[in-house]
Amino acid sequence: MKKFIPFILLGVFGLWALNSLRPPAPKNGFDFAAFGSLPALLNGRIQPLDSVARNCLLQIRSRATVRYPIEQSSEPQNVAKTEKFETMLPVEWLAEVLFNPAKADERRIFVVDHPELLSLLKLSEGKQFLSFNQLRPHFPEIDRQAERAMKIEPARRTTFEKQVVKLYTGLVVFQRLKNSMFPEDYGNFTNALSDLRNVLAPGVEAFRASQAKKEFNQNDLNRLVMAMQKWDVVARSAYPRLIPSDKNQHSSESWHSPGESVLHLVHDPTATLPKPVQLFAAMSAAYLQNNPEEFNKTVSEYESWLASSYSEELSKAKRESLFNNFAPFAKAREIYIFAFLLACFSLFNLTDWVRRSSLYLLALAFVLHTVGILFRMSIEGRPPVTNLYSSVVFVGWVVVLIGLYVEKKFPFGISILVASIGGFATQIVAHYLSLSGDTMEVLRAVLDTNFWLATHVVTIAMGYGAVYFAGLFAVIYIILGVFTKRLTPDLARLLNRIVYGIMCFAILFSFLGTVLGGIWADQSWGRFWGWDPKENGALIIVLWTAIYLHARWGKLVSERGLMNMAVFGNVVTSWSWFGVNMLGVGLHSYGFMDTAAFWLLVFICSQLAIIGIGSLPLKHWKSFAHQEIIDESVEAAKTTA
Amino acid sequence: MAIDKIINFLTSIRLTVVCLALAMILVFIGTLAQVDKGIFIVQKEFFQSLIVISDLRVFNYRIPIVFPGGYLIGLVLLLNLVASFIKQFSLQAKRIGLMLTHVGLLVLLIGQLFIDQFHTESNMRLIEGQSLNYSESYNRCELAFIKTSDPQFDTVVAIPESHLYKGNIIRNPHMPFQVKIHEYHPNSRLENLPQGSANAASTLGAGRSIRVLPMPLETKTDTRNAPSAIIEIIGDNVPAGTWLASFFLDQPQVFTVGNERWTFVLRPERYYKPYYITLIDFTHEKYPGTDIPKNFSSRVKITNPQSGEEREVLIYMNNPLRYGGETYYQGSFDPNDDRVSILQVVRNPAWTTPYIACVLVGVGMVIHFVTNLGVFVSEQRKK
Repeated sequence: MKKFIPFILLGVFGLWALNSLRPPAPKNGFDFAAFGSLPALLNGRIQPLDSVARNCLLQIRSRATVRYPIEQSSEPQNVAKTEKFETMLPVEWLAEVLFNPAKADERRIFVVDHPELLSLLKLSEGKQFLSFNQLRPHFPEIDRQAERAMKIEPARRTTFEKQVVKLYTGLVVFQRLKNSMFPEDYGNFTNALSDLRNVLAPGVEAFRASQAKKEFNQNDLNRLVMAMQKWDVVARSAYPRLIPSDKNQHSSESWHSPGESVLHLVHDPTATLPKPVQLFAAMSAAYLQNNPEEFNKTVSEYESWLASSYSEELSKAKRESLFNNFAPFAKAREIYIFAFLLACFSLFNLTDWVRRSSLYLLALAFVLHTVGILFRMSIEGRPPVTNLYSSVVFVGWVVVLIGLYVEKKFPFGISILVASIGGFATQIVAHYLSLSGDTMEVLRAVLDTNFWLATHVVTIAMGYGAVYFAGLFAVIYIILGVFTKRLTPDLARLLNRIVYGIMCFAILFSFLGTVLGGIWADQSWGRFWGWDPKENGALIIVLWTAIYLHARWGKLVSERGLMNMAVFGNVVTSWSWFGVNMLGVGLHSYGFMDTAAFWLLVFICSQLAIIGIGSLPLKHWKSFAHQEIIDESVEAAKTTA
Repeated sequence: MAIDKIINFLTSIRLTVVCLALAMILVFIGTLAQVDKGIFIVQKEFFQSLIVISDLRVFNYRIPIVFPGGYLIGLVLLLNLVASFIKQFSLQAKRIGLMLTHVGLLVLLIGQLFIDQFHTESNMRLIEGQSLNYSESYNRCELAFIKTSDPQFDTVVAIPESHLYKGNIIRNPHMPFQVKIHEYHPNSRLENLPQGSANAASTLGAGRSIRVLPMPLETKTDTRNAPSAIIEIIGDNVPAGTWLASFFLDQPQVFTVGNERWTFVLRPERYYKPYYITLIDFTHEKYPGTDIPKNFSSRVKITNPQSGEEREVLIYMNNPLRYGGETYYQGSFDPNDDRVSILQVVRNPAWTTPYIACVLVGVGMVIHFVTNLGVFVSEQRKK
């Protein structure tokens, strides 16, 4: 019976993961999943409205979710313990902002919790959930503070300055979103278009008459000008560009807002608005009238229209929307944690079904992890690593891959332990990184080369993964040896050889990766090596792995010492990967991170602590104390014999 | 025996480990020092020196640093490598991989230590339609004296910055005068003054209404120093007095020597070429709706009067032009002027050494580890 448990667990978790492939159910009949799959242009790339919603939410409230208290008061107050919270789908929220801005103004989605910012805004202590309307009276002050803070280099801003700039940016994004479809003042799209219909013809006639120096109706002209000014605001500040142009202008540059479409009408008032604008208008009307069937029908109609001339964009948007909802990385993370717990258990419970359960779960998580990476590659059209976020995800993948291979060759469960730790730790770090913005952002010019991204970056990431694997393996060695009796001399020797093997792999890939980076730099800037912090970091990893290997070959260090050195590899790699980004110098600076610096320090201290434990004399090692006693009694027996 | 001891020392793996460890520490401290001093100074003080005598700024404290420099560690490693190579030379199959790896490292070290000296970088700033036959240094300047009286030719005497220090008197057979340096500031700032002020920098030329203020050296990567010098031109038929030569004064100042007309200007050091590069078109693509650069490219024309060559070529990111022993990269652009392209020009005769080295090391490592892995796996199978 017990031997079926691994399969049962695999089945349960597998089904749980697959369940997310189904699109979210319609809410009140509205098929927001379909609406969310519609493409738009934002920050230089085509993305589904679902991603637009999530990326805007990240800027507005640092989370890609919508959660707000339902008390709609005009006075901001502390979130009482009994206050109820509600959630919305990201794209559901976006629909409200786009179609019903006045209602969106009242949702308390902005979060302020920095104490100095709260006191500046004369709010009470504690985390505050505020709506746009509640923040309105404070706009002049926020403007003033943010303007001052934005003149300071980002790396040098205090936490208050960072928070006020973040709040300001969030407010600007929200404001722009409200004016992406139509001028907010009109209240809704239908009103906007009917007002347009009223003022357009007479206005243009008045304009033409005035140009021809004939008598004209000033009032008509004024009304037209006022309307056009409003629509110009849309044209200039629309945040996602929602409207694709006609077929003959087919390039990314052709995405624009309804504002441009309306402004064009001045030249030809008899023309009709482009089909997408009409369809969005119909969607808006259906949304406001609470008519889900009409809404869904219009969304469908727009999809068919897109399929004829924008099929590539539509398909990409659908894939990305599916990926967002599937969230394979989040699933993998949970499963890695389960695999980890089972692997811990399996070290002490020697029946094989526990180990195999953890192995199967690890493999399942790995498959999800791989699927996620492949999805991203297909959506972006890029190799797996393009920014810090994707490097973390990929390095985790490498660690798990190595773990699966080593476990197959040496089925002790230790590799599963290491791989699952590597898996969920990297996923947690990646999740944190994903909160700072769009993880599929476009690449700057110098990085716009798939060849070097696929070779240099991937090789270096594999080197990192190998060093971390060896390091984590050594950590387990030390913990098993010092705190348990499980580390027999044979096992210790074997673990040592495995770490050695992985370190060889690590130096090979780290060196190759560093060299490929140098060649890329030579092709790009004309110098192979520039002593840039990131380059130095990579060099340090190569030097450290070389020191490990030479120390081992020269028999300069004991087995324990080598394990300690392997653990130190974790410190070295973390410095090279994250630490150098926090210096802000040279061609490789990606920006300043605060909390990240703290956790990096915590990690480094933890590894140094483990090295400290690993340096304890052998008699303090539970596994070897026994051995020493045996050795001593053997010696004693020899002398007495 | 002393010789044996020395040989043992030089070939010991312990020495290798110690040197590698020192190298690691050096690279680490050097990286930290860059925050304060900038890459250029750290490169000179830490990596391209025998001994590092410098300091490191940690929060608000300056910690003095004395440490073996990059060249010293590199040289010792080189000796160690060559010595062990000679001692352990073996063509055995299982050592070949390692041998190859270390030969590659040898090539890399030699390349970086010695041939690196000949590497020069400069830039060429072109506006659409402009042609240039020289590129400019990023951080070195020259004081150029130009005789413009001859309608056919200009005679240029370019004095490198290294000669511009207080008290120096510069003589050159092509100049019918001497130049004395009264003051020299490697980085400076200028202020306008009403004419005739007491603080005026010089008694002749533009410096009469300008005040010079020395500034600390720049450390950030993309900023350059702006030197200024107060000079005196000494000789017969030369107006008496001092002049201000400054990086900020890019208009040459005129003086006469008898019936010869001369000008001088302090400008970035120039590297002249026997051909012209003309910028025909510069395109700067951004991602739509953003300021993020997507692609830069410069369409240039090479005109070489000596070889009669005249052709157009496109230079863009990751795609340089290799011509005349130099390589032209799409370096940068002017954010205020869409028609300006800045090309990075690199002369590096030893550019192949890192490539060769890395192929050797890479192949060597692969051979070594594959043969070892084979041994390891077959041993495990036997168990």
